[in-house]
Amino acid sequence: MEYTLRRKGLPAIRPPLMKRIADASAPYLYTAPALILIVTVMLVPLVLGVSYAFRDVQLLNPFSGAFIGLGHFRALAEDEAFFRSLRNTLWWTGASVLLQFTFGLILALLLDKPFRGRALAQALVFLPWAVPSFLAGLNWAWLFNPVVGPVPHWLYAIGIMSQPANILSDPQLAMWGPIVANIWWGIPFFAITLLAALQAIPRDLYEAASIDGAGPVQRFLSITLPFLAPTIAITILLRTVWISNFADLIVVMTGGGPADRTQIVASYIFTQAFKRLDFGYASAVALVLLALLLAYSLLIVILRQWLISKD
Amino acid sequence: MASIDIANIQKSYGSHPVLHDVDLAIRDGEFVVLVGPSGCGKSTLLRMIAGLESVTAGEIRIAGKRVNELAPKDRDIAMVFQSYALYPHMSVARNMSYSLRLRKTPKGKILQVVAGAAAKLGLEPLLERRPRALSGGQRQRVAMGRAIVRQPKAFLFDEPLSNLDARLREQMRAEIKKLHKDLGATSIYVTHDQIEAMTLADRIVAMNAGVVQQVGSPLDLYDRPANLFVAGFIGSPGMNFFEGRYHAGERPRLEIAGGVGIPLETPAPIAEGDFTTLGIRPEHVVLAGHGPETLLANVDLVEPTGFGIILHLSLGGSSFKAFTHERSFLTASGTVPVRFPDHSLHFFGQDGKRI
Amino acid sequence: MRAKPLLVTIAHRLAILAYIAFALFPLFWLLKVAVTPNDLLYSEGIRLWPSRASLEHFDFVLRHSAFPVFFRNSLIVSGSTAVVVTVLASLSGYALSRFRFRGKYWLVTLMLLTQMFPLVMLVAPIFKILSPMGLTNSLTGLVIVYSAFNVPFATFLMQSFFDGIPRDLEEAAMIDGATQFVAFRQIILPLTLPGIAATLGFVFTAAWSELLFALMLISGNEQATFPVGLLSFVSKFSVDFGQMMAAGVLALIPACLFFLLIQRYLVQGLTAGAVKG
Repeated sequence: MEYTLRRKGLPAIRPPLMKRIADASAPYLYTAPALILIVTVMLVPLVLGVSYAFRDVQLLNPFSGAFIGLGHFRALAEDEAFFRSLRNTLWWTGASVLLQFTFGLILALLLDKPFRGRALAQALVFLPWAVPSFLAGLNWAWLFNPVVGPVPHWLYAIGIMSQPANILSDPQLAMWGPIVANIWWGIPFFAITLLAALQAIPRDLYEAASIDGAGPVQRFLSITLPFLAPTIAITILLRTVWISNFADLIVVMTGGGPADRTQIVASYIFTQAFKRLDFGYASAVALVLLALLLAYSLLIVILRQWLISKD
Repeated sequence: MASIDIANIQKSYGSHPVLHDVDLAIRDGEFVVLVGPSGCGKSTLLRMIAGLESVTAGEIRIAGKRVNELAPKDRDIAMVFQSYALYPHMSVARNMSYSLRLRKTPKGKILQVVAGAAAKLGLEPLLERRPRALSGGQRQRVAMGRAIVRQPKAFLFDEPLSNLDARLREQMRAEIKKLHKDLGATSIYVTHDQIEAMTLADRIVAMNAGVVQQVGSPLDLYDRPANLFVAGFIGSPGMNFFEGRYHAGERPRLEIAGGVGIPLETPAPIAEGDFTTLGIRPEHVVLAGHGPETLLANVDLVEPTGFGIILHLSLGGSSFKAFTHERSFLTASGTVPVRFPDHSLHFFGQDGKRI
Repeated sequence: MRAKPLLVTIAHRLAILAYIAFALFPLFWLLKVAVTPNDLLYSEGIRLWPSRASLEHFDFVLRHSAFPVFFRNSLIVSGSTAVVVTVLASLSGYALSRFRFRGKYWLVTLMLLTQMFPLVMLVAPIFKILSPMGLTNSLTGLVIVYSAFNVPFATFLMQSFFDGIPRDLEEAAMIDGATQFVAFRQIILPLTLPGIAATLGFVFTAAWSELLFALMLISGNEQATFPVGLLSFVSKFSVDFGQMMAAGVLALIPACLFFLLIQRYLVQGLTAGAVKG
């Protein structure tokens, strides 16, 4: 009796089940190609890279590959070059982000109000962002080169330098080369993001504040800044992570020299892998960098949470 | 055309129920309006009929065939959206013919059907325009045209007029009614506007909080609202309510707040001493008379509407409204005599149901 | 009273001009050196424009160097990457925008994480994986790697464009008789064309600029992309400034063209993406 009942019920239950399966699989079908690509080209190498950090992997040495535990990390703890690159990373990232942000914010404020020719001005000042990073690096390296570039001559003319020399070969000043190139290249990103946030501030707030008697400075401090704060915080934090990983300019402009003065961790990893073909050691350095950045990212998440809960 | 049967339909999002056991049989060719405040589940019900929302429990049948598992495209229904949902990258003609093209209808037939629909809706000069270049009313017509070219089993309307201004809304309301007369198509129409519901519907389904409150003809709902919700929702300005204790006896009356007694001409079907809610529509309040069943109400505010006058009155602290065409009340102040005629009174029990 | 607004306006325009000068000067200099004949390069080192301009360096680069090959390689790699990524990102961005599904949270988290971790970390393992498959020193290998790197951000970019298209449109199409996929293809995709253009441009530029992985994965001149070619040229013949800069100007052209064409959409999309990320 019960059996026949269930048999009778079958046709009624079947279609929804089939439909449920079809419905449930649709989003996975749409995302599968992207997901497969990300997993095979990014996630698998990441796991592999983590394992390299504990193995002796050298590209041209067929006898390498053995598990060596924390060997790389012990070597790392005594690697002067690594610690120098860590300090350089801080310097490179801090100066780049701070100056990019400052000039980006000023640019965004300048572009906020409509004026004749704004569209053109905007396209022109954002143009460096479209320049490929390697070309930006080369371009600035040439500008700093006293043979073809004007910058050394200018610096000499205003008395900063005693003779027109290349700052990229001066150990004291070399880091400023990539930093200036990075500022030139990165201002548009900050300006675009901050400009969008500025435009999202309701205009009548400013009008209300004016009627209440607030001057331009007060309006900036009491309306603009609080509204921009979340965007500023998040952009700066994300950008910090990105720039500390950004080795292109340094590889192109100085190759880490002179005397490792411009070597940052990211370019150090690249040098270890590309020039010395020591993949194991490169992976160990990368793992340390990843750990530092993850700790830093955690800070982002906490800060973001805090900002959201504050509103 | 077809009938639509909705049997014990339930809908919940996770553990949160939005529709409780809705039962509704819509006859072939009938114009049914689902009306209720926003969030009452009327749109959800419509979207379930369309196949845009899944059915948690129960069964929907179109022309006797169960459609719970069918995709929207296989249900043979047409829908007019609140936003019109016109395809911005297609001309009016292509918007209207999209469904036919998807069904691989022959070109000649498409041309003929679109031309027919365009003629009916006065869209002929606009056929090559993009939706962006149309006014709100024209877009609305295109949305209707897109629905009628298919001659579907049923039309579904999801608040189709709420994005139009008042004048245009009135005009389109009349056109929809005319169209329904011409086509005789089964139609389900969702709105929060009780005037649209009253003017368009063969039958109104009043809903609140996911529960059907009353199903009936517009005049049924106006004359004999099944409960306090329907009584308050249908009609504008809304029905007045007085809560109080019933006193039977030789001169039956309702004792309301402030020690006021509303005299009743005939005894009500209520037990002595019970609490009850009395309802009367503003247009049924009589603003004249003398004698024992006449009360004196304070005039709080006079609102002329041109068509008539809405008086805001109060009786011992309970405020209510009266509607009159008598211009002399424009200058009313102090107190006015009011009378609540027996045949216009509605009584509701403490559970809110009509007595 | 009128003097103050005027002064403010003048200061404002001057500041804008200063920014424009700073932004354009390096590019101008690139062009200037590229058109300076060799005999004037040193004698007129810091003049703003040479007394005699010539296209001889461009001529040399186009006819007697490997740069046309580099240019072609870069065009193939960047173009293919842009197309592959845009197709994949359209699909996945649509899913993120329109479906609610169990794996969504994890997918988004994974994609965000890939934006976070240092890509240099993948240089060694990717080389090790691709090498036995014959995908090192191959343009296909580069396309695969670049596609993977760009898919997450492009997905968020496309998602933000899909989010801007009302759901009603698909529902109307589905009632009109379309399946979800047909509605996606015939209704939603055509409306996302600006977003698709922005994504194409963004990915193209990113692939055109990539240096580290190209350096690592490509060794010969035959398969070298523009960055690799230019850099090896610099380290080998670092005195032919005119030719290098002529090559640099050529490398700049596609990226700048793309940028100017889609600047408006890119700014829109990037903002949405940036806020999300």
